[in-house]
Amino acid sequence: MLRKAVLLFLVVGLLLAVAACQQQAQTPAPEPTEAPAQAEAPTEAPEPQEGEPYKLGVVVSVTGPASALGVPERDTALMLMEKINAAGGIKGPDGLMHKLEVIVEDDATDTGQAVLAAKKLIEQDQVHVLIGSSGSPASIAMAPVASEAQIPMISLASSTAIVHPLLNDFEGQTIEIPGKGEHTIGPGETVIYLSRLYDVDPKAILEANPDLPQELVRPWVFKTPQENYPVAQVQADYWKAKGVTKVGSLGVNNAFGLDSRLAMKAVYPKAGIEIVADELFQPKDKDFRAQLTKIKGLDPEGVVVHATPGEGAPITVQFRELGFDVPLMQNHGIGSKAFIDLAGEAAEGVVFPIGKLLVAEGLPDSDPQKEVLLQYIKDYDEYTNGAPRSTFGGHAWDAVMIAVRCLEKVGPEADALRGCFENDIKDFVGITGIFTWSPVDHVGISKESLVLVQIKNGTWEYVPPEQYANVP
Amino acid sequence: MSTVNRKTGLPGRFQLADWITHHQNLAAFLALAAMLAILPLWVTNNYQRSILVFIGFNTMLTVGLSLLMGYTGQISLGHAVFFGCGAYITGLLTARYNWSPWPAIVAAAVLTGLLAYLVGVPIFKLRGHYLAMATLGLNIIFETVVVTETGWTGGSNGLLGIPRLSIGPWVLKSELSYYYVTWAMTLAILAVSLNIVNSRVGRALRAIHASELAAGTMGVEVDAFKLKVLTLSAVYASLAGSLFAFYLQIVTPSSFSFIFSIELVVMVAVGGLSSIWGAIFGAASVTLLGEALRNIMPRLVRGASAEAELLAFGLILVIIMIFMPDGLTAGVAKRLRARRQARREAPGRTEQSADAMP
Amino acid sequence: MSLESQLLQYLFAGLTLGSIYALIALGFVTIYNVTGIVNFAQGDFAMLGALITVTLYQRTGLFNRVITVDLQLPLPLAIVVAVILTTLIGVVLYVLAIRPARGASVISLIIITIGLSIALRGLGLIIWWTDPYPLPVFTPGPPIEIAGAVLTRQNVWVIGTMLAIVIGLYLFFEHTLLGKALRACAVNRDAARLMGIKADQMALFSFALGAAVSAIAGIVITPSTFMAYDSGTLLSLKGFVAAIMGGLTNAPLAVVGGLLLGLVEAFGAGLLSSAYKDAFAFLTMFVLLLVWASGLFGRRLVEA
Repeated sequence: MLRKAVLLFLVVGLLLAVAACQQQAQTPAPEPTEAPAQAEAPTEAPEPQEGEPYKLGVVVSVTGPASALGVPERDTALMLMEKINAAGGIKGPDGLMHKLEVIVEDDATDTGQAVLAAKKLIEQDQVHVLIGSSGSPASIAMAPVASEAQIPMISLASSTAIVHPLLNDFEGQTIEIPGKGEHTIGPGETVIYLSRLYDVDPKAILEANPDLPQELVRPWVFKTPQENYPVAQVQADYWKAKGVTKVGSLGVNNAFGLDSRLAMKAVYPKAGIEIVADELFQPKDKDFRAQLTKIKGLDPEGVVVHATPGEGAPITVQFRELGFDVPLMQNHGIGSKAFIDLAGEAAEGVVFPIGKLLVAEGLPDSDPQKEVLLQYIKDYDEYTNGAPRSTFGGHAWDAVMIAVRCLEKVGPEADALRGCFENDIKDFVGITGIFTWSPVDHVGISKESLVLVQIKNGTWEYVPPEQYANVP
Repeated sequence: MSTVNRKTGLPGRFQLADWITHHQNLAAFLALAAMLAILPLWVTNNYQRSILVFIGFNTMLTVGLSLLMGYTGQISLGHAVFFGCGAYITGLLTARYNWSPWPAIVAAAVLTGLLAYLVGVPIFKLRGHYLAMATLGLNIIFETVVVTETGWTGGSNGLLGIPRLSIGPWVLKSELSYYYVTWAMTLAILAVSLNIVNSRVGRALRAIHASELAAGTMGVEVDAFKLKVLTLSAVYASLAGSLFAFYLQIVTPSSFSFIFSIELVVMVAVGGLSSIWGAIFGAASVTLLGEALRNIMPRLVRGASAEAELLAFGLILVIIMIFMPDGLTAGVAKRLRARRQARREAPGRTEQSADAMP
Repeated sequence: MSLESQLLQYLFAGLTLGSIYALIALGFVTIYNVTGIVNFAQGDFAMLGALITVTLYQRTGLFNRVITVDLQLPLPLAIVVAVILTTLIGVVLYVLAIRPARGASVISLIIITIGLSIALRGLGLIIWWTDPYPLPVFTPGPPIEIAGAVLTRQNVWVIGTMLAIVIGLYLFFEHTLLGKALRACAVNRDAARLMGIKADQMALFSFALGAAVSAIAGIVITPSTFMAYDSGTLLSLKGFVAAIMGGLTNAPLAVVGGLLLGLVEAFGAGLLSSAYKDAFAFLTMFVLLLVWASGLFGRRLVEA
């Protein structure tokens, strides 16, 4: 009897589940066909006819360790949807007005869930552009999904490996760097990374090593945040200006930290800066005194931290507690108000390179980004009821607006969108920087998009480049 | 009275019903297999098919875990370790050392089974909360190792470059092909497990669950049995991990956190600790609940993506464990039985007294 | 920095961390002794205590900034109110979730408290969102410097609070009627009932006490490590490891376990490998458990 009941329950349960899925699949489907009819009926104005909505699928980490990134990203994307639709939508190349539909999925900072969410957006919601995710591992995992489905994807994460295929398969193998000798491939490295490390043309490396994957960039994958490489360059400029030659490093043991530390190791030694300590900590850790004590024991002239506010702030507090008297440098990971709120007085004097958003008001009026930045700051403040600005939201702004620009120009067809991304995004003035994408560059922003910021009196202060750049 | 089949209480001509009551497990198994075979006719969307694939992975894991928890009474809050071992070993062998998929799957299963056996020998000296905590600790150590040993595992970036699964000349690419492979493997695991449960071994296991001491005195080699079950469930988990690796083509540490281990325990608990069928139901319902909450929440609250999901998940878990500590399947079955009993009692007492007579 | 002062610094870091683990472990032991339940939501009480304090003390936007609470109570008052509120939450959880499940199996009870932990985390997420929150240090001022190593005032507060609570609990259990009744329940529930002690009330009281101790632990560390909705999980785990080192029933040993755990983490991260910090803690527990299970410390483990 019990078995039978169980069986019955099982079958009913699974059927219900399938029914539920079916329902989910069907509910969004009718909308496109019915929506125009409904929209037209009440409005009398001779507005242009409305076409099917243009859909952006956004996968971000609203919960989990990367939530400080995912929340402003989500809010920015939803804000832009509201704003664009309030203005009537996007005027497509067909002359019709199209509503913008932004569908947000949370991946809870988990790779498997990010892949599942990406599949849902592509297969079920049939989005035209996939945006996300907040974190590098999830983005790297989503890239093949987008590539296989041939849907353009714009990542919001920093790691180089998102747009440039990783050489993981070749780890431990020795390859030839033309004119520079041999190199043993380590974790997280890409051909682009090696070309920067040895100052060689990436194509030359590929020619010398025909076994390596011959694709320099993933054709369907783009990203808006700056890479860690120019960040490390600005950091090195600052250290040189301050006469620092010996630094200790403390980095988070995840993909972000790995990429940032790799960039540091590629840039610093060339600038004559020795890395005396390379300490790690786990994401979500709250106590870093042991690592900091070890670094202090090595007497560095400066300390560089690779972290996001959740860990970066307690590190800063404990750094001060331990009585360090050397400059504390961080990176763009701490570019949110949360960092200052959390670290309080300890944050005073921290320097870090970042996009211009945080110090928009202090930029010279000649800066081409200033107007866009101030508008975004105002809109975001109104939309979120006073949430502090964050560069992560800026990454989402860039991704959505670049997608919108191309949807306007070429419509929703995937190949055309990809072509537009590669060929028509030139000098696009965004929040993170000024973008110029090309078939070999899917990041397209340089060191010039970064500024050095110092925290003073509980706020960010712009450090003009004259004070640190171009010091021999 | 005498013309009625004594076991079913029905006249002899209902052959099929008679057969089903005699072979309940086989009938249920065949029904499930048939249903799974034709399910893709209705489920045509790749996202929904990928949910079904995930339910398959989770079922492989929960069937093994329910053998361990339900039938031997040993809790494990570290089952994701074996899942992860399967995934990482398969990934390493195929991506780094260019093994072909199936030998890699077998090697992963053997190695993971061996690991489980080696871990099991000392760990089964512990009971109850200690065992729970030791397995959880194992999971955290595993997480730390795979995050840190980037040379082998790729660290948090994940192990990339895993090829597609292939069967002979066919390279599996579509969602549908993974659906069938995953569920074929799941059904195989299910068949093996059902056989075990209904054999002498199964009775021994239940004896261990009831009382280890009593089982021991009755001549059941308690520790040996527990070890065998742990090894078997680790092999199941490894198989699931291997398919998971081929399916996603990337293996990252976040998929094998202790949170996932706890989620697996939740699936087993929801389904019912003492039933293999419950394990399937638990895996399906918890996986679907997560996806359903993900779909429903943003419609209820503007901008809400996941915040209420956690709360709802926790509350549902607590409520089920309080009101149906044997799991949903057993709980509902009990209620149905009670209701039927009540209905049967309503017409008159005579029938019941007849039933009661041998 | 000389090696000696480095070692001293690790010692300070370890003792501070260890004090927190010890406090959480005390909560575990109190509840386990009386009810036989390991409350996996123990660390989440610490989260609740700290975040409620933050809400009472400073202007805080709740429910994703939909509601703004601006009470600005003085810090000591905020702390007291927060501890009381967290204690009440502990009591409510006992009444709603633990009492109805009386007599359930160990596995069921473990799953119930895991469910409570998930639900509390979900509640924290809805109310306070994902931001971490700070509190000001209790007594601002320069740190104390000893032989080149520094001990901050907040560290002193953490260690001091732990010592005060240990002494307070000792006096309570040894010298008050209620404390003695609780201990009687812990020794033998049936005998205690025969003596007229209401086991249910005692269980309820143990949850209240456990929640209060955890809340205090959460509040004293927030100035240096901050608190977010999901900080409770790791605290629960580490506290549990400490409690297990004390055999789950022995409060003084649990405190020693907590301190030991903190020291293992600090010295392990400093001298061996910082990436493996968490692994050291669990490896230590693992080894200790297996040594105990093999009979070195008697049969204590088999009973749990």
